[in-house]
Order: sequence, then structure tokens, then C-alpha cells
Amino acid sequence: MSLLSVRDLTVKFSNRGQSVTALNGISFDIARGERVGVVGESGAGKSITGFAMMNLLSRPGYIDGGQVLFEGKDVLKMSAREQRSLRGNRMAMIFQDPMVTLNPVLTIGQQMVETLRAHRKLSHEEARQIATVKLKEVYIPSPEARLDQYPHELSGGMRQRIVIAMALLLDPQLIIADEPTTALDVTIQADIMELLLEMCRSNMVGLMLITHDLGVVSQVTERTLVMYAGRIIEAGKTRSIINDPQHPYTQGLINALPQQTPPGSRLKQIPGSMPSLNAMPSGCPFHPRCPLANDLCRTTMPKVVQYADVEVACHEVQRLQSDLTSEAAQ
Amino acid sequence: MFAYLVKRVFQAIAVMLVISLIGFAIQGNLGDPLRELVGQSVSEEVRQELRDDLGLNDPFLVQYWRFLGNALQGDLGTSYFFKEPAVDVILKKLPATLELVFGATLIIVGLSVPLGVYTAIKPNSWISRAIMAISIIGISIPVFLTAILMIYLFSVELGWAPSFGRGETVHVIGYWDTNFLTVDGWAHIIMPSIALSSIMLPMFIRLIRAEMMEVLQSEYVRFAKAKGIAPWRIYFVHALKNTLLPVITVGGVQIGTMVAYTILTETVFSWPGMGSMFLEAVNRVDTPLIVAYLIVVGFIFVVTNTIVDLIYGLVNPTVKLARLGA
Amino acid sequence: MTDQSAENPVLIARRPSRLKEIWQGNIGYSFRRNPVAIVSLAVFVIITALALLAPVLAPFDPYDPASIDIMNSEYPPAWVDGSLPGFWLGTDDQGRDLWSTILYGTRLSLMIGLCAVVVQAFLGISIGLISGYVGGRTDSILMRLADIQLSFSTLMVAIIFLALTQALFGSEVFAQYAVFFLIAVIGVAEWPQYARTVRATVLAEKKKEYVDSVRVLGFGPGRIMVRHILPNSLSPIFVISTVQVANAIISEASLSFLGLGMPPSQPSLGSLISAGFDYILSGSWWITVIPGVVLVVLVLVINLLGDWVRDVLNPKLYKG
Repeated sequence: MSLLSVRDLTVKFSNRGQSVTALNGISFDIARGERVGVVGESGAGKSITGFAMMNLLSRPGYIDGGQVLFEGKDVLKMSAREQRSLRGNRMAMIFQDPMVTLNPVLTIGQQMVETLRAHRKLSHEEARQIATVKLKEVYIPSPEARLDQYPHELSGGMRQRIVIAMALLLDPQLIIADEPTTALDVTIQADIMELLLEMCRSNMVGLMLITHDLGVVSQVTERTLVMYAGRIIEAGKTRSIINDPQHPYTQGLINALPQQTPPGSRLKQIPGSMPSLNAMPSGCPFHPRCPLANDLCRTTMPKVVQYADVEVACHEVQRLQSDLTSEAAQ
Repeated sequence: MFAYLVKRVFQAIAVMLVISLIGFAIQGNLGDPLRELVGQSVSEEVRQELRDDLGLNDPFLVQYWRFLGNALQGDLGTSYFFKEPAVDVILKKLPATLELVFGATLIIVGLSVPLGVYTAIKPNSWISRAIMAISIIGISIPVFLTAILMIYLFSVELGWAPSFGRGETVHVIGYWDTNFLTVDGWAHIIMPSIALSSIMLPMFIRLIRAEMMEVLQSEYVRFAKAKGIAPWRIYFVHALKNTLLPVITVGGVQIGTMVAYTILTETVFSWPGMGSMFLEAVNRVDTPLIVAYLIVVGFIFVVTNTIVDLIYGLVNPTVKLARLGA
Repeated sequence: MTDQSAENPVLIARRPSRLKEIWQGNIGYSFRRNPVAIVSLAVFVIITALALLAPVLAPFDPYDPASIDIMNSEYPPAWVDGSLPGFWLGTDDQGRDLWSTILYGTRLSLMIGLCAVVVQAFLGISIGLISGYVGGRTDSILMRLADIQLSFSTLMVAIIFLALTQALFGSEVFAQYAVFFLIAVIGVAEWPQYARTVRATVLAEKKKEYVDSVRVLGFGPGRIMVRHILPNSLSPIFVISTVQVANAIISEASLSFLGLGMPPSQPSLGSLISAGFDYILSGSWWITVIPGVVLVVLVLVINLLGDWVRDVLNPKLYKG
């Protein structure tokens, strides 16, 4: 049984009494200790997916259907108390911007101790002990002293380390990290990502890494989900997706990487931009930007098929596949 | 913290100097002290002599310096009407006003925080809607009109509460007689206190609600939820402290308005405090008393404002960095 | 805005009129869905229309001593026993028709409130634009001044200023110029609200590229501010203004109640309430209560509209 199993999850946003679909029936699994990357342009629904795992969507977003099974139980059907006992305990989250994630008027110690004591029967002193140990694990110098400092006294990198330590406090099974390095200085991004990878490996924690950076995904994750306009359009082993992407969108993303471009030539960008939620095109949502689009793409949403090493939702890939099978039949 | 304190005290002294300058300017230009002293029927020579004796012909700075020196010793001149030191007249009236302010502050602080927090947490419940509806009506009625309507309803029509004066008071110490030790005293102070709080209470409810709702949308509250923190702790530990920081600042700004409202409330309820005394002094052109009122009120205002700022500095962990530019 | 439409004439042709656009856009949608806003606007328009038409509608001229008969004083409204025909809201202590007096009084209160806010807005917007655009030392001095001005309550400053003016000039002269004194003191005391908000907008807009591009084109600071930055601060200015009009009307009424505003011979709503207060203990409630209700309804609908406007436009207001 996988650790996390998402089935047909649909999220909508209501506006002026009408609703638009932000996540369109997505399904995926994360096994115990597995590190999964979720990539896509901003607005593809990555962060929404992350928050939906914890049932923490902020209004006007709401879950319109589907299941989020964590260790076999549907998070969305749990009582508020059960959900709370899961959050921060079995399933922890790391937010994007450490400058606004920590409460400015509470000390680091208060914010760590309250997390521990929300889930375990511990004395204040015991909780401080554990917090100190965790801060040491994420390489924070003089952790004792840090506990009594306020967030504004620490640098962004230091704060994100503390947030990672907080996520690890109760030895969770899964960490959801929502662009954990985007808000940081470029110079420390790699350090933080390395720390996150190390922590997940040594503690056997599953990781759902939400990012737009394919480079990071290839270094950290074992499996990758590519999202576009509220759908998962390609999923598979990270190695396969990086080396042999099937969906034209994923191919575009990888071709746009600076490493793929000879020095001095222009970066190959995907033309156009992602459709907005209230102006979704018919058929495949990618067809207006797709170099391979045909009439079928404009009218019909492609199904997910297994092709090569990946699952992919694309008519063109499907055609290639049927060509192959018919060739094999001949 | 010490540097911050010193800075605030210096600011307070600067503001007091400006107020004293205004007071001095008023004293020099409003009314004629000679006429109050000796009347009209004195010859011009005698008047000049008197002016010299009183120092009224000295240079401006010398006169101001003398005014300041006297003020520091608690001498702000003699009231024309009461024929006793202006400071004494005010000090006798001060306790009545302070008790009224105390009563109103109790109502404002005691009700605005729970009601503001409740309406922010449950914005769609019918109780919240009712509180918000009453609040907007509350801020739309001028203080004096609330006072008048209360008198009309509870004193004239229903006869539940007395409409004027302090009633039976108990002597405490010095000039301080209190309303809070007799039933009659309570009966007299309750309506003026409610009237005095009638705009500020809804204003603070609305302010606390707005700030709290904004804080509840913040990333750190969302993060606290993601950590599995119980709702009561999110509301009262994570959100409330951040909510109250801007509220404290606004509270400091409102002290001056509160003083203005005491003038209105005391006038309607014939409350024998310094607000109604000030209006009477204005009508009688009792210049020393007007000046003394300005300076005493200015002093109270500056002291409370400084205290509010220091409290803010103590409560807000980021203030040392932000204010001192370190 | 202008650049875009110049490049794209088709856009202009297809765009519906400005008013229609607003009605069909977010503002119109939220207005049509909000019965409170609709009723408030309707009541405000009715009160304003009645006040403006006071000389036409009022059966008596309360400023004309010849039309007043002291023998008619303190008659109750038509629905109370002992009323006098022809005076459906009754008469006040001087025998003036209350309906006429209220019409004129409302007109005066509204006029003072609006003029005071125009003064506030003019001062505040100018100072805010200068402060934000010039920056540096000018900015810090002006904003420090705003802090100080704001910490002294408007009402307190107004009470002291008017009390001293009255004591200095005597009540006769004061009564003659009371309107101007009221507008000036309420207008001058509240400029920081506007100045801070406009300054914040200027600072935000200054960073944006279009201001740079306009500057590169060689337009002077005056033109940049008025044509390009000011339009972007319109929604916060509008939101502040609604609240400020309500506050100015309350301030005027309070000052007049204390005898520091409009004299009984030219009553605003505040001085009417004040005059009636002496008679409330003897049972003549209507002289106070009826103008009081008009005042409260007027301020309430403005506040309700202000809340609605703030929710719809949702501008970033300066908080201090």
C-alpha cells in the first residue's frame, strides 16, 4: 500500500457565484520514503495540490471531489481533530517564503515547542530538548540560543533551516515542500535543497517537492509529475522524464533549460502562456501552444496512456503507440 | 530599550514645550490681566506702573522663561472667576473626569477585544452580523447625541437613571472623591461612561475585527495550521498578539479624541469635570484657567502617549530594530 | 491608458461607455447584489436632493425673522396630540417650522462636511504627492508633521481653536464667520489621512516602468503626477473621502452642539439638536430627536456606502 494515494482530486475556485476548476481530477501515488517532484509553470496547480493534501486550501478554493488517502484513510473525510493530529505530525509542510512563514511575535522556541506539545504529551523542558536536537541536525550553530530568538533576528536561509527542523520535529512520514528555495538567495538555494534531500534520505521520509525547477527535480526526486492547467499530463521515473520526455510540453520545458542550449544561442522558450482558469480551451489544454496539435487535440481531451517508461496524456503519443502496436501486429 | 526610552522622553519634552508656547501665546493675547486685577477706573500712569511691576513690558523671551519656570512649579496663574490658583481648580475637577474616562476605557477594552475577535473568527454567524450592524450604527451617532438620546430614554421616559451630576460620592484622598463606592455613584456614572465609549467601542470592534481577519489570512497562521496547532491557540496566541500591535498604536492616537469626547459628555450630563469647566472658562474668557487646562490636558496626553509607545515597544519584538534603525 | 488606445483605435470603438463599463464590471455587480448599498445610496440621494431643494420645498424661511412667530413655539409633530396644522414636524423653541429648519440645517451640515473634505483632500493630496515624489528630507519632515498632526485629535484641536477664536472675536463676529471657521478647522486638521495614502501610492507607482518611460519622454514632474500617478491613487482617495465626509459631519455637529459652531439663528443639524436639548427634560423631545434622527441616518448611509466602497475597491490604505 502506498503512503499517499490521491484519486480524482478536483479543486474549484468560486468567484461571483460561478466556479472555475483549478485541479481537474488528478490521481497519483507516493510510496513510503519516495521522493516525488511536482513540476510545471506557475498557475498549473502545483501549490494547490500541495495544500489540498492537508485539506488546507484557503478560500475561495474548495475541494469538489476525489480522495486523498494517507496510509489508507481519506484525509478529506476525517474529523477536524483527526486532520489536526495528522498535520505537522504524520504529514508536515514546508512553505515557500521563510520570511513570512514564522510568526513574528513568537520566539523560535515557542513555535517549535507548541508543535511538539500539540501532538505529544511532553513537558516544556522535554520539548525544548527535542527542538535543540532537531536544530542541531539541520546544522544550526548554537541551537540553544536560537530558541530564544525571534524570526526577524535571523537570516532567510537560517529561517528556512528552522522551518525544515520544525517539519522534522515529529518524524513525519511525508513532507510536502512548496518551492522551498524560491524565496532564498541563489547562493544558499543549493545548500537548503541538499539539506532537505539529506534529511529525507536519513530519516526515510517521503517527499513531495513542488517546484518549477527541473534541475532540482532531477537531483532530488525519484519520480516526477508534470502538471499543466490543473492536470497531470506526464508522470514517471524522473530519469525517464528528463532523458526521454514524451509529452510535447515536457519536451518544451526540458529544451528550455539553459543546459540544453549551446552557449551564445537563444533559450528555446515554449511560445505563448498557460491559459487562465476561466478561459480554458477545448480539448487538450496545451493545444494552442503545441507544435504537434491537430484537429483531434482541439476537440478531445487525451486519455492517460503508458508509453515507453512514462504515463502521458497526449493524442500524438497515443498515435505513435498505436502505430507501434499495429506494426508489431503485422 | 534604554535608548528608545530616552528618545521617547525627549520627544515628549519637545511636545510639552510647544504646548507651553501655545499656552503662553494665548495668555498674552486673550483678555487683559490688568482689567481683571484692578478694573477700568485706574489712570494710565498707574496701569503702566502695574504693567512694569507684573513684568508685562519685559521682552518676550524673558516673559516666556518666567512663565515656564512658574509652570514647572505648578503655578499657572489665578483663575479670574474662582479667584484661586488655576491648577487647583483643575485638580479638583480632574478626578471626576478621570473616573469617567476610566469607566469608558473599561467598557471599551473589556468588550472590544472579545467582540472583535469573535466577529473575525465567525464572520458569517448571525451574532457577528448583529454586532457589526450595531457597530456601524454606533459610529454613526455623535457622542453628544448618544448622551442626549440616553437621557431622553432612560431618564425622562423610563426614569431608570439620573440625568446629571455625580450623585453621592465617597471621599478617598486629597481632591479625589469616587463614584465607585456607592450605589448612587454607580447609577450616576454608568450612562456617561457608556455615552463616552459609544463611538470608540464600535470603532475598536471594527478595527480589531479587520486586523484579526487580515492576520488570519497570513502565511504564518496557515503554517501554524499545517503544524496541527489547535484553533484556540491559533486565535489567541498566534493571531491576537499580531492583531493588537496596530490596535495599540491606534489607541494612542485616540487619547486626544477621548479628551474631546469628555467635553461633550460632561456638557450633556452636567458632569462636574474639567471638560465642562473648560467650556465655562471659555464662555467667561477666564484666560488663566483656559491656559492651565490646555497645559494639564497636554501633559496628560503626552504622558499617556509615551506610555502607550513604550508598551508597544515592549510587546513588539521587532521594534528595537525598526525604530532605532540598527 | 492613453498610449494603448492610441495604438489600438479598434479598442476604443468597441469599448462601451465608461458608466456602462462600471455598471457591468465588478463594481456594478457587487452593487446590484448588495441591498444595503442600494438602499443607502437611495437614502443618501433623497436626503441630498431634499437638502438642495430646501428653498423650494420649505414652507417657511427659517432665516427670515418675519416668518417666525414666537407664539408658535414648541408645537409637537402632526402625529402627536396638540399639534398645529401646517407644521407637520412641529415647531422648535423659537416657533420655527421644524421641517423647514431641518431642510436648511441638513443643507448646511452637508455643505460644511463636503467643503471640509475638499479642503482636506486638496491639502493632503498635494502634500502627499510632493512628499512621495520629492522624497528625501522634505518627505521625512512632512511625514513627521503628519504624525504629530494625527496624534492630536481633530475634534480636540477644533474645540480649542474655535473656543479661542470665539473668545478673541466675541460671539457676534464669530457667528457671522462660523461656516468658514468650521470648514477651515475641520479641513486643515485631517490632511494627513490623504497625504500618507497618496504618498504610499506615489512610492509604489514611482518604481513602475511606465513612470520612468514617461520621464524619459521629457515630461515634467507636475504632469507625471497629475496625469499618471494621481489616477492610480483614486480608489484609496475615494474610500477615505466617504469616511471623512461622515466624520466631518459628525465633527461639525459636535462643535455646533458645544456652541462653537453654527449659531441658533443659522442652525445646522448640530445646533438644532443643541437648542432642543434644553427642552427635552420638559417633554418637547421632537426638537432634538427629529434632527438627531436625520443626522444619524445621513451619517449612517454614508458610512454604509463607505464600507461597501472599501470592500469593492479594496485599496491598500495606509495604516499607521
